[in-house]
Amino acid sequence: MNFETYQALLRFYTDYAACIDHGDLDRWPDFFLDDCVYRVQPRENYDRGLPLATMSLESKGMLKDRVYGVKETLFHDPYYQRHIVGAPMVLEDTAELIVSEANYVVIRTKPGEPSEVYNAGRYLDRIRRTADGLRFEQRLCVFDSELIPNSLIYPI
Amino acid sequence: MSTVETPRTELTWPGEGTSRIPYAAYTSEELYRRELERFFYRSHWCYVGLEAEIPEPGNFKRTVIGERSVIVVRDKDGAINVVENVCAHRGVAFCRARHGTVKDFVCPYHQWSYDLKGNLQGVPFRRGVKQDGQVHGGMPKDFDPKDNGLNKLKVATRNGVIFASFDHGIESLEDFLGPDVLHYFDRVFDGRKLTILGYSRQRIPGNWKLMQENIKDPYHPGLLHTWFITFGLWRADQKSQMVMDAHGRHACMISRRNQGGASEVTKGVSSFKEDMTLNDPRFLDVQPEPWWGGPTAVMMTLFPSVIIQQQVNSVSTRHIQPVGKDAFDFVWTHFGFEEDDAEMTQRRLRQANLFGPAGFVSADDGEVIEFSQQGFRQRPEHATVVEMGGREVENTDHMVTETLIRGMYRYWRKVMEAGPVHTSTLAAPESGVAQSKERGRRCT
Ligand SMILES: [Fe+2]
Repeated sequence: MNFETYQALLRFYTDYAACIDHGDLDRWPDFFLDDCVYRVQPRENYDRGLPLATMSLESKGMLKDRVYGVKETLFHDPYYQRHIVGAPMVLEDTAELIVSEANYVVIRTKPGEPSEVYNAGRYLDRIRRTADGLRFEQRLCVFDSELIPNSLIYPI
Repeated sequence: MSTVETPRTELTWPGEGTSRIPYAAYTSEELYRRELERFFYRSHWCYVGLEAEIPEPGNFKRTVIGERSVIVVRDKDGAINVVENVCAHRGVAFCRARHGTVKDFVCPYHQWSYDLKGNLQGVPFRRGVKQDGQVHGGMPKDFDPKDNGLNKLKVATRNGVIFASFDHGIESLEDFLGPDVLHYFDRVFDGRKLTILGYSRQRIPGNWKLMQENIKDPYHPGLLHTWFITFGLWRADQKSQMVMDAHGRHACMISRRNQGGASEVTKGVSSFKEDMTLNDPRFLDVQPEPWWGGPTAVMMTLFPSVIIQQQVNSVSTRHIQPVGKDAFDFVWTHFGFEEDDAEMTQRRLRQANLFGPAGFVSADDGEVIEFSQQGFRQRPEHATVVEMGGREVENTDHMVTETLIRGMYRYWRKVMEAGPVHTSTLAAPESGVAQSKERGRRCT
């Protein structure tokens, strides 16, 4: 992978994290192709080949529906998220597709409360090069955290 | 004969019967300890898993009953045993893996080994060590392995679901559930083979009873769960029934989905939004199944340990695992049936987006439980109001009622307010267990 592509990949990752950390949820589906997979899954299920995920979205439409749910229907305590994303490890790099992984930690801060490690895991990504730039065809968030501290509302 | 209970906290019940529940029922450490003894460790069948999780001989899973770590294992003969995860020798919570396959259980500390029924089969140096023609050490001659096995629980399985009890004098599982609740249990579990789709685990910072109450509360879904209302899955006027066992401890909320849209009942619901449609309607690609036999959703609360969910095509067990008076772990096991085709499995998985810690309609429940507990903590002398539908305990054919919660507390009072109970019938040792469970359940 040349420097320019790696630079673009890094930028794509940081844009994604910044978008979520800023709470800019409406922009979140734009990181994905129309035909995409977004999944937040316990490592336990992933490692055992069990298909259940905490959140399992199969199209950009479903991502938009999730955003609507978070903003308009889900009742929840407000909180900030802060993503710390490690350097991506590139597993495959072709003219159309980048396959990469990166570790992440999400820190949650509720109003008036100390910050806490909320979710730790790794992204398993398939990223397409499109005329508009890089887009996720797949983003799996496979998390180690054994217990979700009550609820998981915003995307990871 | 000894008792394990110390002087009693007595609650003041301000209303008629159980229509007002003292906050202290959720915040008292002493009452919580009594609940563990009387509900989780005695006279009640507690859920431990599904047979499909341990299909082969030697397969085991580690789980908990109340706060006690237990192992559910299928032995060589195919029988299911449940043993306490505490070595007879030095109390070590020896089983560290959450699931796996073994030939026997070996405690790492001194390598005492047990067969899969929990019988002690090996004690290293039991006959001592021979040195210079002399035998040194060893266990006393009267040490009998038969008396030093793992603590064996009583086990009941019904159509693929496994329950266990520390109390060997307990009634049958069928009697425990009672005929009316058993009917709905058998509706989901009718002997078909189950397939495990996966697990979801969350820790909810509220008293464990609040989760039972949440699923005994048909008053809230049409109000709290805006997503349900918006997309027509739940409405206060849909046909429904509230059914309890004779004690009022177990319950079923049975409902039949009607078409969405505005009506008289949505008028007073500020969160109702007409004309909302999903970008991707596959979230609600509901396919009626013949075994439903009418109802589209049946939510069962089996006291004290489990909720059995059927919400359209999504089916799961939800295991309540108390962690102190202020929190519980909530473990969801989503499953399907062996006859499901790939499309049905996909449908069940897709609808799972409604449930669990991120669920469109379940994330809200965990949140409000946390906030209830916060309120209880700051005014322990106060009481909740549980008077929707009256102050009586009765089955109903509508959902504008809190009768099931009143029923549960009528039973709770009967058991909790009885005099101290002697523990001679209890098979469980009383020491070394509470200390070991934290480590025992955390590791993977
Ligand atoms: Fe609910």
